[in-house]
Amino acid sequence: MNKINFLKPNKDNFYTYFYTGGFLFLLSFLDVFLNSFFKINITSFLPEFLSFMFPLIIGTIGLHLIRIEYSGLKNLDLLNKHINTNNFNAILTLLIIFIILKSTPQTMSWFILDATISGDSKEACTGSGACWTYIKIWFNRFMYGMYPNEFQWRINVSFIILIALAFVGYFSGEKLKKYLTFYYVIIYPIIAFIVIYYLISGGHFGLEWIETGAWGGISLTFIVSFFCLIFCFPIGMMLALGRRSELPTIKYISVGFIEFWRGVPLITVLFMSSVMFPMFLPQDFFLDKLVRVIIAISLFEAAYVAEVIRGGLQALPRGQYDAAKSLGMGYWKMHIFVILPQALKLVIPGIANTFLALVKDTPLIFVVGLLEIVGMLNLAKTNPKWLGFAMEGYVFAAIIFWIICYAMSKYSYNLELKYKTDR
Amino acid sequence: MSNSIIQIKDVNKWFGDFQVLKDINLEVEKNKKIVVCGPSGSGKSTLIRCINRLEEHQKGQIIVDGTELSEDTKNIEQVRAEVGMVFQQFNLFPHLSILDNCTLAPIWVKKLPKIQAEELAMKQLEKVQIADQAKKFPGQLSGGQQQRCAIARALCMEPKIMLFDEPTSALDPEMIKEVLDAMVNLAKAGMTMIVVTHEMGFAKEVADEVIFMDEGMIVEKAETKEFFANPKNDRTKLFLSQIL
Repeated sequence: MNKINFLKPNKDNFYTYFYTGGFLFLLSFLDVFLNSFFKINITSFLPEFLSFMFPLIIGTIGLHLIRIEYSGLKNLDLLNKHINTNNFNAILTLLIIFIILKSTPQTMSWFILDATISGDSKEACTGSGACWTYIKIWFNRFMYGMYPNEFQWRINVSFIILIALAFVGYFSGEKLKKYLTFYYVIIYPIIAFIVIYYLISGGHFGLEWIETGAWGGISLTFIVSFFCLIFCFPIGMMLALGRRSELPTIKYISVGFIEFWRGVPLITVLFMSSVMFPMFLPQDFFLDKLVRVIIAISLFEAAYVAEVIRGGLQALPRGQYDAAKSLGMGYWKMHIFVILPQALKLVIPGIANTFLALVKDTPLIFVVGLLEIVGMLNLAKTNPKWLGFAMEGYVFAAIIFWIICYAMSKYSYNLELKYKTDR
Repeated sequence: MSNSIIQIKDVNKWFGDFQVLKDINLEVEKNKKIVVCGPSGSGKSTLIRCINRLEEHQKGQIIVDGTELSEDTKNIEQVRAEVGMVFQQFNLFPHLSILDNCTLAPIWVKKLPKIQAEELAMKQLEKVQIADQAKKFPGQLSGGQQQRCAIARALCMEPKIMLFDEPTSALDPEMIKEVLDAMVNLAKAGMTMIVVTHEMGFAKEVADEVIFMDEGMIVEKAETKEFFANPKNDRTKLFLSQIL
């Protein structure tokens, strides 16, 4: 970066360089634009190879000519400083822009221009683009799985209640602030469980019981992810502390636990949770499939969370422990008030990483017969009336997952900023 | 029994095979100020870290204010609450404001109500002259200010004894004085202090006794005037000639 090979034309030549360069640069754009959007090749008179390379050559020359030091034009200086520092960067910039321009028309036409959304059967999809009709017709299934249509309001109501309760923190007064952690860590999950148990599962107060096998779609993704995130975090924290404990029993139990769960693939864990686990339980003891799956994923991810948190614990200087001890704090006070707040702050990116992986691992619960969104897609794509729309389905699922994960990652950035106390 | 607040009897300590403390015997009377000096690696930091059991001694006895340091965690926490310590690297808690640094232990260890703890903290911060920084975080303060805050934090536990482990060694020269001034004021107020330091000016001004340690042993122990005017041991003489 330190050496930008600027051209240094004198004042008189400045506009010659600027306009020639600018013209060539824009010409290269025009060529690619016409070519990709309107299939017009304005350089067809040239030999094929030259015609193909024409925009790149022209564009590079153009960028070379406008690489003028202290031109006095703010935007031009910015351009030169950031993307037009030398010929190599100029070519890279042009290539990226050209590739985007070239691929835009196809993408646009598949997603929007040639896509179909009207109608309510496969026959409506005649265009060459995506068949969003398929998503539209199956939307309810993708949201709620096999949950009976007439009861779907129960899922909606519970999610609205839970989302509303999640925002309590924003409206609580100063006086209640100190109870918020307690609320979110202990009370809220309990409320969530009660709401889901009585409202979505039903079986009480005149609500019909709906077995967990019928739950599915995005709502199931949320339920599984939510409980797994909530459970795996405290378990992981305890394991991380346990692994650093001076008591050998606790230490080796933690090490063994972590190494066991990290060593097995999630899919086998899930399979065992549904097939083998019931065999070890007493005959009359019944644990729902969904509960077993949530426990299995929580324990599995807890091992990862534990190692991430351990990294944070080890990054803290020993002086922090010394200082806390010298003030007379015992093990728990030291960890709760001094060590963990700092260690957790350090590992927010790592925890976010693990949590994103967890959310994206939830489709694996299909091995025990629970169909969240990807599971529902797989079911829908084998429906004889709707064969051949796997692509639309997966794109839809990808978009949904991306939105969930992007929101989580944004939130983790905010947390990082919020707890950044060093200068 | 004498009125010694700290009694150290035949204390030995090893790091692996390396013996850091050899047969240390020391009695510190109430309200006395002791300065410990010596070359680096002589075990002086380890000695004072043993007094609040940040390090464990393997042989001998350490009795602090009538409580013997042993495996018993309850005893240790009780002793630590009575013994304040200031470190070379300040070791403030970077995630808490200056005020919270000072009130954390009084609230959770001594169970003081929050308002009372804050009053106490402001009083101590006033004494070391950084009350106006109370709302800031440690990262926003200069080294000298941080160290003074660390002193205030230790004082908030209202300890009977204060230990200083090279409190000025990590500071820029122009900040040393402000920290030493705070320590001198504390000494004049009658605190029992054990200070590991290379600041001989400070030793001359406030110390009742100076101890010179080398290779894990107490080589020389004398009244301050006597120590500087008339050192007896050759190693002490050599050390003083290098440092003064």
